[in-house]
Amino acid sequence: MKAFDYSRAEATADAVGQSARLIAGGTNLLDLMKLEVETPEALLDITRIGLNAIDAEGEGLRIGALVSNSDAAADPRIRRDWPLLSRAILAGASPQLRNKATMGGNLCQRTRCGYFMDNRSACNKREPGSGCAAIGGVNRNHAILGASSDCIATYPGDMAVALSALQAVVHTERPEGAREIPMRHFHRLPGDTPQQDNHLESGEVITAISLPAPLGGRQIYRKVRDRASYAFALVSVAAALRMEEGRIASVHLAFGGVAHTPWTNDHVDELLTGERPSPALFDKAADLLLEDAQGQGHNDFKIPLLRRALAAVLAEATGE
Amino acid sequence: MSDTYDTPDTRDMLDRTRQGVIGQPLDRPEGPLKVAGQATYAAEYARENCAEGVLVGATISTGRVTAIHKDEVLAMPGVLGVYAAPQMLRRPAQGTAGEAPLQDPSRVDYPLQPVALVVAETFEQATAAAKALRIDYDDASDKARFLPTQETAEAAKEPVTAGDLEAALRDAAHVIDANFTTPGHASAAMEPHAAVAEWDGDDLTLWGSLQMIAFNVAELADSLGIDPKHVRILSPYVGGGFGSKLGISHEAVAASLAARELGRPVRVVMSRQLVFQSIMRRSETVQRIRLGAGADGRLTAFGHEALVSNLPEESFSEPVTQASEFLYAGDNRLLGVRKSDITRLTAGSVRAPGEAVGMQALEVAMDELAIATNLDPVELRKRNLPETVPGQGTPYSSRRLVEALDAGAAAFGWDQRSPTPCARREGEWWIGMGMSSAARVNILAKAEARVTLTAQGHVVVETDHTDIGTGSYAIFGQIAAEMLGQPIDRTTVKLGDSLLPAGSGSGGSWGASSTGSAVFYACEAIRATLAQALGCSADQLILKDGQAWAEGVDARPVTDLLTEDLTRTGKIEPGELMEKVNQSTYGAFFCEVAVNAFTGETRLRRMTGAFGFGRVLNAKTARSQCIGGMVWGIGSALTEELSFDARDGHLVNHDLAEYHVPVHADIPPMEVILLEERDADASPLQSKGVGELGICGAAGAIANAIYNACGVRLRDFPMTPDKLLADLPDPFAPAA
Amino acid sequence: MAHRPAARLTINGQSQDFQGDPRRTLLDFLRLDLGLTGTKKGCDHGQCGACTVIVNGRRINSCLSLAAMHDGDEITTIEGLGTPEALSTLQKAFVAHDGFQCGYCTPGQICSAAAMIDEIRAGWPSAVGDDPTEMPTTVTDDEIRERMSGNLCRCGAYDNIVSAIREAMAAEEEVAQ
Repeated sequence: MKAFDYSRAEATADAVGQSARLIAGGTNLLDLMKLEVETPEALLDITRIGLNAIDAEGEGLRIGALVSNSDAAADPRIRRDWPLLSRAILAGASPQLRNKATMGGNLCQRTRCGYFMDNRSACNKREPGSGCAAIGGVNRNHAILGASSDCIATYPGDMAVALSALQAVVHTERPEGAREIPMRHFHRLPGDTPQQDNHLESGEVITAISLPAPLGGRQIYRKVRDRASYAFALVSVAAALRMEEGRIASVHLAFGGVAHTPWTNDHVDELLTGERPSPALFDKAADLLLEDAQGQGHNDFKIPLLRRALAAVLAEATGE
Repeated sequence: MSDTYDTPDTRDMLDRTRQGVIGQPLDRPEGPLKVAGQATYAAEYARENCAEGVLVGATISTGRVTAIHKDEVLAMPGVLGVYAAPQMLRRPAQGTAGEAPLQDPSRVDYPLQPVALVVAETFEQATAAAKALRIDYDDASDKARFLPTQETAEAAKEPVTAGDLEAALRDAAHVIDANFTTPGHASAAMEPHAAVAEWDGDDLTLWGSLQMIAFNVAELADSLGIDPKHVRILSPYVGGGFGSKLGISHEAVAASLAARELGRPVRVVMSRQLVFQSIMRRSETVQRIRLGAGADGRLTAFGHEALVSNLPEESFSEPVTQASEFLYAGDNRLLGVRKSDITRLTAGSVRAPGEAVGMQALEVAMDELAIATNLDPVELRKRNLPETVPGQGTPYSSRRLVEALDAGAAAFGWDQRSPTPCARREGEWWIGMGMSSAARVNILAKAEARVTLTAQGHVVVETDHTDIGTGSYAIFGQIAAEMLGQPIDRTTVKLGDSLLPAGSGSGGSWGASSTGSAVFYACEAIRATLAQALGCSADQLILKDGQAWAEGVDARPVTDLLTEDLTRTGKIEPGELMEKVNQSTYGAFFCEVAVNAFTGETRLRRMTGAFGFGRVLNAKTARSQCIGGMVWGIGSALTEELSFDARDGHLVNHDLAEYHVPVHADIPPMEVILLEERDADASPLQSKGVGELGICGAAGAIANAIYNACGVRLRDFPMTPDKLLADLPDPFAPAA
Repeated sequence: MAHRPAARLTINGQSQDFQGDPRRTLLDFLRLDLGLTGTKKGCDHGQCGACTVIVNGRRINSCLSLAAMHDGDEITTIEGLGTPEALSTLQKAFVAHDGFQCGYCTPGQICSAAAMIDEIRAGWPSAVGDDPTEMPTTVTDDEIRERMSGNLCRCGAYDNIVSAIREAMAAEEEVAQ
């Protein structure tokens, strides 16, 4: 680790507009600092500024950015009305990591690309302009959707995938004031600037994540992985689906492990809505979802795997 | 008396002694220390004024170091020195080398090879300086070969041939001809390699994490160019080895050199990444297995050929066909291993070298033959057990494979299995069962141990032997307590100090039987002295709970027979029996898997193993060895794979997040059956090794269960979801 | 010179001050500064669980946490759970069931298990429970396996670890009743 200045913030205002890197759970930042993939000159400890409550907000819920993943997953309201979120959190990492990791920090988790995490390799995300060693390299974990010729990394998390399906909104503070970013627009595709994972600006602080009124229906988080636990997703599917009279009345899907963002496709949701569930329908949805999918060699299997995982989730959610 | 073991000891000595502790499932005596965090591992010896060293890995694949910009980091806070001495290691030492491995880190043989050591006052300072150290290279990577190929391979040893394989295959009623691949594996012991080195004048003390102390002393002394009598190594607790700590590695030599230079103790702990990148890997293998059988399933042809890899100038090659030499029949044979020299980290021993990967492929091929011949897989194996080693005529020592197959099948409920794939579906999951044989060579190694019966009647066992989790502390105490008739709580075992007599070291599953036999002989010598004092023959002497008596001689406290501490040393060396009799260990695995019909994820639901490995010395630690091996089998079946970048040979998944050691959730309930047997050919204890048997074939049983579940035959390991997808049946189709 | 706010931690009931290099992790503070080497370093990246300690009642990976960030925290390490002469129920069960071999992951397994038992009592859900909307009523072995999956054991003692945890939970329930 490179040497850094360490200081503690007392209130949110101390953290907004700062050039120092903010640290809360630290489970990802310290991991990367030890590798010197991240080399901040200053760390600002925000664990004592509050933002750790879960409050009702109309029919919805407002979850403070510093609520731990464990507390969110165990919250009785979240378990009852937004079980998808609880399930996705519990599918990720380990209990030890979830106890430390925070809601806001988890959104900012960086990719697990082996070349990003290895300073001797070319990586446009770590060192813009150096190239992408993952293309043509070991890329089993990499993106099949929305990748660019500069970066094929994936967003590795689970929670944000569920939040995307649940239509959550990220609340932030900037020096010029507060703003809201829909979860589906929080992360960004790599394009030719893969160094930027998301749309947060320098000095902007995540303060909360809000969940709209419960979507109801069946809520499923399906994570396909190499180990039975404690492994990143090969692919994952988050679904909130409601049936009415044998037809899909509403459905919100999001996909993990396949792109630089939690992947959503409104056209897929629309295609399914109002239809009677069947394997043929699930296939049509997968055709649309995977229309532009492209493998990189080792990860070609993710294309059929995502198709099959989607079918499994839709079959379970619709009772087909 | 000769120390070599040339004639079987059929006295059943440990069945005639009276203490009744041998074989018992006693708790490990060091257990309370381990569970309370009080057992001290290498890096944990606090030495005053200890400096911290961090190794620096090369950023090229192969070439030469031309300059190390030391001055830049020497100016950093706390930095004490930068070392790149020619004595420092380029590669780790192979098991039982007993001499320095290749030295001089200015030549780079593989990516991330340690090329320098940075020492600072604190760990953080040393780590930052190691990252900052700039090194110039003459990069020769463009001339390197990163992938093994048949064309570049040479025979690792003389192939085993008998009869005419090709002709027998032509004439066979049933032929299996299949190719298998297994990836590289890492030992991934939980304790990273570590050393604390301290000099007192010309004398070096090294606290290390090592498996074979006497060899390690020789390796370290040779590397440093000093007399072994000036080197003391301490390694009383070792956080797992699995082959990775058989020989010394970079950290031991680097710490010693820096400590001498600085005149203060130096600690070097390898990062987890560097352990992956610079310590032994198990070679990947490409295997071709050809089996030819008559209509009755009896093998007439047996071919097993493998391609493995290593660095140039390494003699070690994964002995893939080791068990194929003796396990099954087939008069016409061809067994061979070829090695291709490539630029990747050193290949060496990883738990059960040879059988771990050879057996898993062979046992899949046998399953395919069972289907082709329409025989139950258990029956097929029973039909193919030879009378003597095929092509050699060597007799077998104890071999309880049939009993293992039967006991395992009965306990598991093998009769519940449908031979037809896709017969059982539960929700999204296809359920199937599979089995395989287990087999592993057994080895006796040279060992020495000292036993003292104190005047107060306390037993002390002393040897430099290590306990890497294998149960040495428990077992040696039980052997001595049994032989000398003392309760186990009056027994103390001291291990892992090179000042003590040289045990065999822990590796190759030979530790318990080899050093245990030395303990046994030392106790026999003590018994002879006690018998004389009691006035009976050693044969007649009965010892129990501190009392000594014999037929017609009244019982007396043993302490009455002693005027002072009685110390004897026992020695054993392998003898003719190792050559004359094939001594191996056997078993059988049975498992039930669930394969997700949509995603191809495989989950074990239960697993049974039945094993025969001579006398069981401690039923609790033996069972632990077996379940540990089975966990490794599950890992190699489903999750473990070293991924190398084909463009530069570097290991991409060099940590425990991306190299998938099985976790709790991957491991189902496990049942282990220990078949008692006595193998007098193997050792005077009549015991054999068990540390590796539990892996040898286990992954094959899982592959066979996957086939039985969903009809997909996989021959490429690990069997991750991507490998199943293409051939999985339609998930919406009903079960067969 | 870097700014170094002090931290006062309570470790196994004893007050300890930290004012060192801010890079120092809680794990290295325990091992190198306090000599509490029962907490192990297996990977230093939160991938193995050997460094698990209990902070304010919750298990964490001490390798991915800066010592300076623990001002005011109550920390329990393996040394705080029991001694070789006076083992905790869980520690005794690990010995009896041979829930370890080399012993290196063991302190982490035990600290993790101790906190896990409390999490179950508090009604925390896991990925194995069918429905996170339900409070867990029965604790299956699969439940324990999932909840312990952050602790690797390369010796493969998992089956025995689950047995040990089961026995300890049963023994503690008996005492509670």
